[in-house]
Amino acid sequence: MSPIVEMRELRKSFGAVDVLKGVTFDVERGQVAAIIGQSGSGKSTALRCIDHLEKINGGELTVCGHALHTDKPDLAALRKDVGIVFQGYNLFPHLTVGQNITMAPKLVHRRSRKEADEIGREMIAKVGLADRWDYYPEQLSGGQQQRVAIARSLAMQPKLMLFDEVTSALDPKLTGEVLRVMEKLASEGMTMILVTHEMQFARNVADKVIYMRDGRVHEMGGPEILSQPSTPELADFVNEEF
Amino acid sequence: MNMNFLLLLLDGLKGTVILSLLTFLVGGTAGFIVALSRLSPFAPLRIAAQLWTQVVQGIPLLVIMGIVYFGPAIYGIFAVPPLIAATIAMAIWASAYLGEIWYGCLRSVNKPQWEAAECLGLTRWQRMSRVILPQALRLAIPPTVGFMVIIVKNTSISSLVVGYAELSYNAKVINNSSFEPFLYFGLAGLFYFLVCYPLSVQARALERKLNVANR
Amino acid sequence: MAPGDGAGRHTEERVNYTFDFGAILQHSDLLLDGAWTTLVLAFWATISGFLMGTLCAVGATSGPRWLRAILIGYVEVARNTPLLIQSYFLIFGLASAGVRLPIMVGAVIALVVNVTAYTAEVMRAGIESVRKGQLEAAECLGLSRFQIFMNIILRPAMERVYPSLASLFVLLMLGSSVLSAVGVEELFGTSNRVQSLTYRNFETFIVLGGFYLALTVLMRFVFWALGLVLFPRQRKLGTAL
Repeated sequence: MSPIVEMRELRKSFGAVDVLKGVTFDVERGQVAAIIGQSGSGKSTALRCIDHLEKINGGELTVCGHALHTDKPDLAALRKDVGIVFQGYNLFPHLTVGQNITMAPKLVHRRSRKEADEIGREMIAKVGLADRWDYYPEQLSGGQQQRVAIARSLAMQPKLMLFDEVTSALDPKLTGEVLRVMEKLASEGMTMILVTHEMQFARNVADKVIYMRDGRVHEMGGPEILSQPSTPELADFVNEEF
Repeated sequence: MNMNFLLLLLDGLKGTVILSLLTFLVGGTAGFIVALSRLSPFAPLRIAAQLWTQVVQGIPLLVIMGIVYFGPAIYGIFAVPPLIAATIAMAIWASAYLGEIWYGCLRSVNKPQWEAAECLGLTRWQRMSRVILPQALRLAIPPTVGFMVIIVKNTSISSLVVGYAELSYNAKVINNSSFEPFLYFGLAGLFYFLVCYPLSVQARALERKLNVANR
Repeated sequence: MAPGDGAGRHTEERVNYTFDFGAILQHSDLLLDGAWTTLVLAFWATISGFLMGTLCAVGATSGPRWLRAILIGYVEVARNTPLLIQSYFLIFGLASAGVRLPIMVGAVIALVVNVTAYTAEVMRAGIESVRKGQLEAAECLGLSRFQIFMNIILRPAMERVYPSLASLFVLLMLGSSVLSAVGVEELFGTSNRVQSLTYRNFETFIVLGGFYLALTVLMRFVFWALGLVLFPRQRKLGTAL
């Protein structure tokens, strides 16, 4: 079976600045891949390209069978297969938790209210916030909001979940509660790609670690590369982060 | 285009500017009193100021014009000079809106500032004049400039009941003899625009500057 | 009387003026007709002004460059000239060009031209207050552009600017009084007839003021109630979005 994400020599620039200078990696079904690296290394941009939030300038990228390097990629189909969670939660402030979660299943999958509610209730229970269904985002802590954002993505039943520095805005205690949800997802076999600064989490949960530096993949391998890096740059980076 | 008509329009513009300035002066003074009254420790004064604001904001300027213009007749004073009637009416109207704007500015000076000033043992008046007013002034300038635009536009209403000869009044007079509404009302509109647009731009620029400073 | 002349002349001492509101209220059917006309005007101008103002705001924030230039130009012109001049220009202008509109239609057009510009400005601020992350999140959930606009942009934008919109439409109702100058028989327009029937100018204006005040209270109440229905978050939490 072909990989869920196939990235070949991916290039992306913002104006005159080359952010991605030929990035190549694969993510297989059921794998958890952690992309790490200094800020400015292009790791978030690479992730955002996978959900076509950034238009790519060169190379090839196939996600869940949808080729994104063509002129008119099928974005509607792509977004049904891929879920993404952002650093800033981006919950819709005027909707309740329940409405946040059930909106897309209703509007995009054309599910009935009852079906959408069933899926939504299941997902909110999965992130441990079943009792917050009728709350508004502003009534929740940052960690809770992030867990709702995860549930909102899960309700679309994606084949691939992307996490873009989802704990960077949270203090350690709230970070823990979000990471536990992600760990549970990983153990259920969800394919996940995460951009993260949580080295401990990457080491424990990831099947694949991708170290990016200056717009390229500098070192890639199993989680063991975090303990035994083969390049001095990754060794330095790991020392700083732990 | 008739030269005399153009001069008449310019003369009207002068009337518009005069009435605008008078309104700002008198209405501003009254509005300041309204704003301060709403912060008064004396409840009846607060309530009176609040009532004044609500009632005046619930009545069209045109009706206020009528009340002011015909009111003195009950004391046997007929034929109040139009400029005076218009100024009084506009000042009443503006006092409610400016009072509201400025009250909001005074209120939005941070609460800690009020408390800090109180703890320093300043009297109520010292607190207001030394600590609160200077800060509120900074907040008040953009919306006040914005309101000046509304004042200039609303002077046009004094051409109706009161019959004060400003820009709209003269434009109407000209139209009655020239029958070229697009030309002369267009010109009158252009004159209003030339006065109001720079003020609007200024208000927006000041607002932006304030937002940046507060970020 | 020629404008600008005449000092205050004490023609007659009448300090013991007796108010006579009864004379005015005898004609309350006229006034009520006028008040109804004012409400009808305000209603149509509010509905169409809101719809068109919102469209203008969309065009001015995300339309092609030429459309943006036109819309911003229109908004600036309409906001920096008086409603009275706009009404003269449109209604007398159209009449001189041979376009004969029913007076109520002309009046609504003049009001809509005016209020659309203000609504556009308010709605634009609301639309621009929606953060980019919200749009990305919605996009990634697979919502179409139209769904994003209706659910993620318009609704919170409206909730945010609703108080401004409500006062705008109340001001519109009050401002519609100047349309009496082009012959619309709305509330203020009826005052001429009441005055000529009663010769009680002062009382007429006091009563008019009372009518307008009642209309203002009515409109504010309707907007308040509508807000409760439209914005459940606001109703429940009582905080600004």
